[in-house]
Amino acid sequence: MLLFIEQTLNGLQLGIFLFLVAAGLTLIFGIMGVINLAHGSLFMIGAYVAATVTRMTGSFALGLLAALPATALAGILIEVIVIRRLYPRDHLDQVLATFGLILFINEAVTMVWGRTPLFLNVPPALSGSIEIIPGVPYPVYRIAIIVAGVLVALLMWLIIARTRIGMLIRAGSTNREMVGALGVDIALLYTALFAAGAVFAGFAGAMAGPLVSVQVGMGEQILILAFVVIVIGGIGSIRGALVGAVLVGVVDTLGRAFVPDMLKLFMPPAEADGVGAGLASMMVYLLMAVVLVMRPSGLFPVAVR
Amino acid sequence: MPASWERPLLIGGLILLIAFPFLAEATGNAYMTSTLTRILILAIAAVSLDLILGYCGLVSFGHAAYLGVGAYVVAILSFHAYDGSDLLGLPGTTYAPLVWPLAILVSALAALAIGALSLRTSGVYFIMITLAFAQMLFFLFVSLQRYGGDDGLFMFAGRSELPGIGIDDDRTFYFVALAALTGFVLLCRAIVASRFGRVLQGIRQNERRMVMLGFPVYRYKLVAFVIAGAGAGLAGALLANHTRFVSPDMLHWTKSGDILIMVILGGIGTLTGPILGAGAFLAIEEFLPVVFGDMGFELLKDHWRVVFGPMLIVFVLFARRGIYGMLFPRRNGDGH
Repeated sequence: MLLFIEQTLNGLQLGIFLFLVAAGLTLIFGIMGVINLAHGSLFMIGAYVAATVTRMTGSFALGLLAALPATALAGILIEVIVIRRLYPRDHLDQVLATFGLILFINEAVTMVWGRTPLFLNVPPALSGSIEIIPGVPYPVYRIAIIVAGVLVALLMWLIIARTRIGMLIRAGSTNREMVGALGVDIALLYTALFAAGAVFAGFAGAMAGPLVSVQVGMGEQILILAFVVIVIGGIGSIRGALVGAVLVGVVDTLGRAFVPDMLKLFMPPAEADGVGAGLASMMVYLLMAVVLVMRPSGLFPVAVR
Repeated sequence: MPASWERPLLIGGLILLIAFPFLAEATGNAYMTSTLTRILILAIAAVSLDLILGYCGLVSFGHAAYLGVGAYVVAILSFHAYDGSDLLGLPGTTYAPLVWPLAILVSALAALAIGALSLRTSGVYFIMITLAFAQMLFFLFVSLQRYGGDDGLFMFAGRSELPGIGIDDDRTFYFVALAALTGFVLLCRAIVASRFGRVLQGIRQNERRMVMLGFPVYRYKLVAFVIAGAGAGLAGALLANHTRFVSPDMLHWTKSGDILIMVILGGIGTLTGPILGAGAFLAIEEFLPVVFGDMGFELLKDHWRVVFGPMLIVFVLFARRGIYGMLFPRRNGDGH
């Protein structure tokens, strides 16, 4: 039972973390209508910059801070040079062009940092664990991720639902020309929005640094999961992204923790480990397929425009 | 050039392809026959994807799954033939007239099951659900320890046996692949020109109109999806024979992305385009590093993707309708 609580917490933490990536993606994908396959590359850039600055300065806080402007800058460059021209194009052109971006960014990162993965320690201030529930010690760093994720979700909701900029963003997604005609610089607004999405991805990448190895290709892994999250939640819905992310995080973590053991009840252990690992990796996609078969536009469909 | 040149160009291309192995051997580049075989095989997969993508507007992001399923059917039967063990009580075999149709059939059945569920959604949701099913199949093959799991499966029994033709010879196998591509393209041409094909194109243009006209749209789309899956299964069976090796990597979503890129690069909604796209994509992958090496750009030789990526972007931004569109530009007053 304690193991179950701990794994559920781990799942929650993975979910919140996925939300950070998916939130940026849903801004760009759901509101601007661009399938940006390179979103994972921004995640990777965030992780690399944070890891490098942390190593140079010895301070994870500085690394985290450096990742934000770096990914914002990368986002602005990508938007101005490539994405801006893709808004009127259909999804297939966007897939092809942003696939080109992935190839370029992955290779450029390899040229700068090489092929050996970077490893980062959990910062001393956030290492160790505390007992949130009696008998379940839980790492502080994972709690920090949960807190950061919840804060970002709140901040984002406040901006989009409660500020003038949020109002313009929502209006712009419905009718670009109309908002432009009201004297709003829509091109600038979209560049800023794209940069904001990039910063979310970069922040998530930087936070992921101490948990995973920082390496080329780490972006694509997370990108697919982020797409799964927003499709389950319903494209363009921030609330859907949050629910979808937690659902995916919990299902993935619990699947990996318990599916092989459950198979051992009626299979030889050696075989159960192999099949169980495969089945556990499948769980997330199974979840998405089931959700889409039952609700073809996700859990929280955004009203048809 | 005018669109009426397409047919002479295709016939010329076919003649060139028939002569290719002899030219390659005469100039001491026999290895290029094998490279071109791979291009021909993946062209089959690209054409099959375009049948649903270009003619029916269905963006399937899991097309490599059917390729992988076809390949695994060949490899698994070959494994049992070599091993001497049974598969569901039946012995393994490498007899092509049995194995290849079976590979196509199993891929078609996979496409039937996946398509039946996926076609309930549309648009971006369809892209993602096809991806989800492909990922499930990817992890299924990863988990099959007996057939190599992650590491893949070598076909120690060699290529399939075709009665009267020894396809262990690379040149002969090249002609088998060329014949398969030609046959498949001719079949697709017939499908596209048929009443069935016209309905598909009607669905792409305006699905609601076709529903209103009383067409069972879902069934039309499903049949097209199954035909595309079967085509990819054929490509998979050939691909397993080509490399004598299969691995879950063949089903990975990046491979589905590659096939999709080939179609977009070549020109959506044409049958010639995907062939050109497959050729261009794989030729760049194969020869760009070599070209950079010959030119003395050592850094770019290792990191050729740093050039390939922007090439794709520039291509999307400035060459609409792909390579096919560059060859046959649309003129005012052209029918389509």
